Parts: sequence; C-alpha cells; structure tokens
Amino acid sequence: MEVGLNHFLVVSTFLFSMGIYAIVTRKNAIMVLMGVELILNSANINFIAFTRFGNFGLQGHLIALFVIVLAAAEAAIALAIVLNIYKTLSTVNIDEIDNLKD
Amino acid sequence: MTESVLINISLAILFLPLLGFLVTLLLGKKIKSIYLFEVFIITVVLISSIAVAFGKLSYFIDDKIISEIEWFRLSETFAVKLGFMIDNITVLMLFVVSLISTLVHFFSIAYMKGDERYNRYFAYLGIFTFSMNGIVLTHNILMMYIFWELVGLSSYLLIGFWFEKKSASDASKKAFLVNRIGDIGMFAGILILFLTYNTFSFEQIFASIGAGKLPFNSDFWLSVTGILLFMGAVGKSAQFPLHVWLPDAMEGPTPVSALIHAATMVAAGVYLTVRIFGLLTADAMMFIAVIGMLSAFIPATIALTQNDIKKVLAYSTVSQLGYMIMALGVGAYKFAFFHLVTHAFFKACLFLGSGSVIHAMHHEQDIRNMGGLKKKLPLTYATFLISSLAISGIPLTSGFLSKDGILASAFAFGSLTGYWIFAIVGFLVALLTAFYMFRLIILTFHGEPRDHHKFEHAHESPFVMAMPLAVLATLSIFFFYTPNPLSADQGWFFSKWIDKPVLYAPNSTRFDFMQSEVVDHKIESEQVSEHHSEHGEITYSEKYTEAMHNAHYPAMFLSLFVAVLGIFTAFVFYQWKKVDVEKLAGSIKPLYNFSLNKWYFDEFYHKTFVAGLLVLSKIIYWFDSTIVDGIVNGTATVTKAVSTFTGGFDKYVVDGLVKFMAYLSGFFGLLFRRIQTGKVQTYIVLVIFSIIILFFFF
Repeated sequence: MEVGLNHFLVVSTFLFSMGIYAIVTRKNAIMVLMGVELILNSANINFIAFTRFGNFGLQGHLIALFVIVLAAAEAAIALAIVLNIYKTLSTVNIDEIDNLKD
Repeated sequence: MTESVLINISLAILFLPLLGFLVTLLLGKKIKSIYLFEVFIITVVLISSIAVAFGKLSYFIDDKIISEIEWFRLSETFAVKLGFMIDNITVLMLFVVSLISTLVHFFSIAYMKGDERYNRYFAYLGIFTFSMNGIVLTHNILMMYIFWELVGLSSYLLIGFWFEKKSASDASKKAFLVNRIGDIGMFAGILILFLTYNTFSFEQIFASIGAGKLPFNSDFWLSVTGILLFMGAVGKSAQFPLHVWLPDAMEGPTPVSALIHAATMVAAGVYLTVRIFGLLTADAMMFIAVIGMLSAFIPATIALTQNDIKKVLAYSTVSQLGYMIMALGVGAYKFAFFHLVTHAFFKACLFLGSGSVIHAMHHEQDIRNMGGLKKKLPLTYATFLISSLAISGIPLTSGFLSKDGILASAFAFGSLTGYWIFAIVGFLVALLTAFYMFRLIILTFHGEPRDHHKFEHAHESPFVMAMPLAVLATLSIFFFYTPNPLSADQGWFFSKWIDKPVLYAPNSTRFDFMQSEVVDHKIESEQVSEHHSEHGEITYSEKYTEAMHNAHYPAMFLSLFVAVLGIFTAFVFYQWKKVDVEKLAGSIKPLYNFSLNKWYFDEFYHKTFVAGLLVLSKIIYWFDSTIVDGIVNGTATVTKAVSTFTGGFDKYVVDGLVKFMAYLSGFFGLLFRRIQTGKVQTYIVLVIFSIIILFFFF
C-alpha cells in the first residue's frame, strides 16, 4: 500500500486532536505545554506532507524548521511563565488558576 | 482792550470760584484758615468783573461778544457748543453777582465764626458763585440749564447747611423739589426749541424765529414754549404758585439768604426771562404778567403779619421778584432788569442787616422780642433804614427809580390795552411794601426793648460785617444809576447800558403797541413781501414810549403817595400806637389768620398735592402688591406646577428608562459573567468549538 498524503494528514489530525485533548483536559500546566508541542508538530507534519506531495519546492521544509525554532522559543518562554506562576501562586494546577476572571 | 481779553477775563471769573470751591473743600479739614483763600479768590473775581464791565461798557458798548468752542458733535450738522455771550446785561449782572458774593463772603467771616463746618460753608459759597456766573455768561440755553441745576444744588446745600436741624433739612428738600417742578417745564421748553431749531444757542434760535420759523409752525406753540421756559423762572424766582420754598429757605445761614435767596439766585429767573424776552408772544407775556402780579400781591399780604424778621424779608423778596416778572409781562424790559439790580443791592443789604441784628441778639429772630435796637446798632439801623426807604420807593433812592418805572409801565400798559389791574395791584403792593417794611423797622429798632436780657448783651457788629452793609446801603442811592433823582430815563444805566430789547416773535402775535417799526428802509423796500423779517432796530412803537411818558408823572406822584401813606400808617400803628393793633387784628380775625398762615398755601399743597401724591402712591402700591405681584406670583405658581409635572416625568419616565437600561445591561452582565470562568482551558474549548462552528457555517 502506497503511503499517500491522506495517511500523513490522518496522523497529523490524530496528533492535533491529541494535542487539543491534552490542552483541554490536563490539570498540570506542563502537560498543557506538551499538548501545544503536539499541535505544533502536527502542523509540521502537514507542512512536510504538503511539500512532499504538492509542488511547493522547499518552502514547507523551511517553514517546518522555522516552526521548530519557534517551538523551542515558545517552550522556553512558556516554561518561564509557568515558573513564575508557580512562584506567585505556589501551584501549577490550571483548574485552580482563574485570575483571568477578575 | 480787545475782545479776547474780555473773554479770557470772563473765563477766569467763571472758573476761579470753582477752584476756590475745590481747594477749600479738599483742604478744609487740614488747614483751618483755608477760607481766606476762597475770600481772596472771590475778591479777585470781583476785580475781574469790574474790569470786564469797564472794558465792555467803554469799548464795546454796542457789541455782543460771542465766543464758543465745540463740546461734542452728534452728527455732521449738529454739535453741542460751549460758549460765552457778553452783552451789557451780562457784565452788569456779573458785577452784581460778584460784588454781593464778595460782600457776603466778608460778612460771613464774622457771622459764621465758630461754626464747625466753617470752611465747607465757604466752599459752598464758591460753587454757588461759579454756577451763578455760569448762568450769566452762557450763550446757549443748554449750558444755562446745566448751571441752573448747579445753583439749585448749591442752594440745596446751603439751605440745609445746618442739616442737624430737621426744619433746615426739610426746607432744603422742599426747595429742591419745588424747583424741580419749574425745571421740568423749562426742560420741556428747551426740548421744543431744540427740536425746532436744532441748536441751543440763543442767537441762532432768535434768528430762526425772526426768519419766521416757529415751533410746529404755529403761534400757539411759540407762546407755549415761552411759557414753558418761563416755568423755570417760576420755580427759581419763587413765583406763584411755586413760591412756597423761598420762605422756608430762610433756615439757611442769613448771609446765604442775602446772597442766594434775595439778590442773585432768585433773580436768575428774572434774568432767564430777560434773555428769552425776544421770543415771548402777547399771550405768553400776559401769562407772565398775571403770574408776576399774583406773586407781587400774595406775599405782600403775608408779609404784613409775619413775626420772623427773615420771613418778612423773604416774602418781601417774592413780592419784589413778582414786580420784576410783572414788569417783563407788561413789556417794561429795561425796568425789570433795572429793578433786579437795585433790588439785589438793597435786599442784600436788608438781609445782611437782619443777619447783623440776629448776630447781635444771639440768634433771636422774632421781632416781638426785639425793639429799641437803634441805640445799640446805629450803623445797622442806618443801613437798614436806607434800604427800607429804597424798597418802599422814596425819592433819592435807587428803589424809587426802578419801582416808579415799573409802575409807570404798568400804568401805560393799562392805558394801551385796558388791563388796568396790573397798575392797581402794583400800587397796592407798593402801599403794602412800605407798610410792612416800616412795621419791621419800628418793631425791631424803635421803641423800648422788649427782651431786656438780650438787649443788654446786644453789640454792634465788627468791621467785616459793617463794611458790606455800608457798601450796599450806599449803592441804594440814586446817584449810582442816574444824575436825576426823579427819573432814570436819562441816566447812564438806563439810556446807555441796557440795550433795547429786540423782539423776534412774529408781529401778528405781539401786543399792538409792540409792533416793529422797521427803520432799515433798505430792507423795507426790498423785502416788503416777506412778512416775518420785520424785526428792526426799534421794537417799541412811539405809542408805548409816549404812554410811558404820560404815565410817568401821575405814576410817580401816586407811588410816592402810597409809599408815604404806607410808612405813615406803620408809624401810626406801631410807633405812636394810636390804633390798638391787637384789637384791629381781632376785629378782622379771619383775614389776619389768613395772612398769618400764609394763605394756607402749605396746608393747601399738603391737602391736595402731597395728600394726592400719597393716595396715588397708595393706589400704585395696591396695584403693585395686588395685580403686579399677583401676576408674578401667579406665574410662579404656574411655573411651579409645570416644573412639578416635568420633574415627575423626568423622575419616573426618563429616569425609569435610563434605570431600565442599566438594569437590563446588569442582568445580561450577570448572565454572561458565568462564561468568564477565568480558566484558560474553558476558553480554549470555547475557541475550538467556535472555530468548528465557523467552519460549518462558512
């Protein structure tokens, strides 16, 4: 069986859904961040897949690389935020953090 | 001497007393002897006015010197001007005013000694002299009106000088208010003149009348204008029916009475009538003659019974002013002015004499408490006697000349027009005048002293008071006016100094005997058709002169007879006591009381005008409090009702809507608030679902 675009997209969709699920359901902020990483990676798979099967040259690769870098930066900032949240609120449990309400 | 020199000296005469007033008033409290400055200034004014009179009468005797400057401009064609008109009458009047003013200043130095407002008194005399000179010098009627009110002001200030006394402050208010009544008429007259001729200048107004331009194009309105202007004179010269203020004005210091209420200010009314003489019609003159006659007669009868030395003199003043006014009414223009001058001197002398008596008697004014003062006050007595002879019209005095002239004119007027009443009343008043003056003299100076205590302390006045008396008494001698003691006709005062009046009113409106006889034949031949340009040099017909001439001797003897009769009766009554005066008064009690109570004029005015005014003001008050206030209050009630309604509308409807909106947003706020949990995950779920929904829809 030839592996086609659809397979990639199914994997990507699965990853994306897993990411969303992680973001929505996890209590731990770190887990949420990991969900975000999953979504980013599903996007990467899409880029690569479209580059591979479409006629886009190297643009998809480049954007994927760019997304990886971005993800690294995002992770660093997000972790810093999480650390700060822990510092001020002594917890990383997202359910208990509802300061946005105020 | 040139005209500009005369004008400049006149400027000094006008404004120096104002300077004196300001300096004396402002420095009066700091410098005790500042009054000497005012006295000095007034002496300078006297010398200047002598210089002006001398210059005018020697170099410009036939000229009318007019000098004017623009005051302000109202339109292209009309500017209000300030200016002087100097003719012979002006300089004579200036001399009279400044001489009497100076003498009164000197007199007051001693008379007012010890008064707490000594300097202020002299300041007031200064502003009076300023305003009086203004009236005399001005060449237009607006300026005259301004100064007219200024003399009214100074009169008010001086009558009420001892304002602590209620009677004095009342008298000053009375004088001011009564004068206003006359001034309203004068102002209306000025407005008519201005409306018609667009100018205030006497000369231009007369010229326009001469050219045939009349107010509202009618003879009637010319008469009305003359009478309205004369109203000012009625007020200021205390003529019937506005004479009531003058006797009350005697509350002021006696030198003031001499200066203002005997010699100068009250003569301003006569002066005004002399100035406007040219525009008077026969009707206006008749009106003036009647007013003058009544004012001569009524106060003369009142003076018979008064017991206050100053009141007698006050009524005598009104009576003599009535003489002058009557003289103007019957056309004796020159004699009226002549009598003004002679009367100014002898009446000022009488008043100052009474001041001297009052001073000597320590402010006793009731003649019933005097008597026998001849021995104590010989100089005062002598001057008083000379002046009394003058006012009674005894030969060798100035009063004889002027009074005789007026009586002769009234006589001539009677023979020409048939109105003999003026002559009859004139002679009657002459009789009464002689009687009450000598009653005054006998009760004051002759007989035995009736108040021994005051008599013992009486003393002759000091030099500064005696000197003015002597000067004024001397001026009551005939020689200053004419070399002939029996007739003034040939005298320099009369034939040279006073110009003949020039009449401008249309011929058709004048008395028959006052028709113009045109002497300028050139004009006559060229402009025969022009009816109105007939005012010539000679304005009295031969008829009048002739009638005057015929009347002169009968009038002279008759006036001499009544004067002597009056004096004799006074002696019989009071000196030799052949007739019991008390009993006589008792037998004609109603008449006596009528005279003693001044014909009940004050009571009458009180009952009618004052009470009427009170009733009127009560009605107006009622109108105000009921109707006007009612309207105002009604409006307020309506407004209040309307605002209550709108208030309710605002409160329940508008506010209700606003509150409802607020409640609604609050409700929805509470509703939507639930969504805002603050939890990131909820938001994310919402976002995702929203995106999914959006995908489905688009």
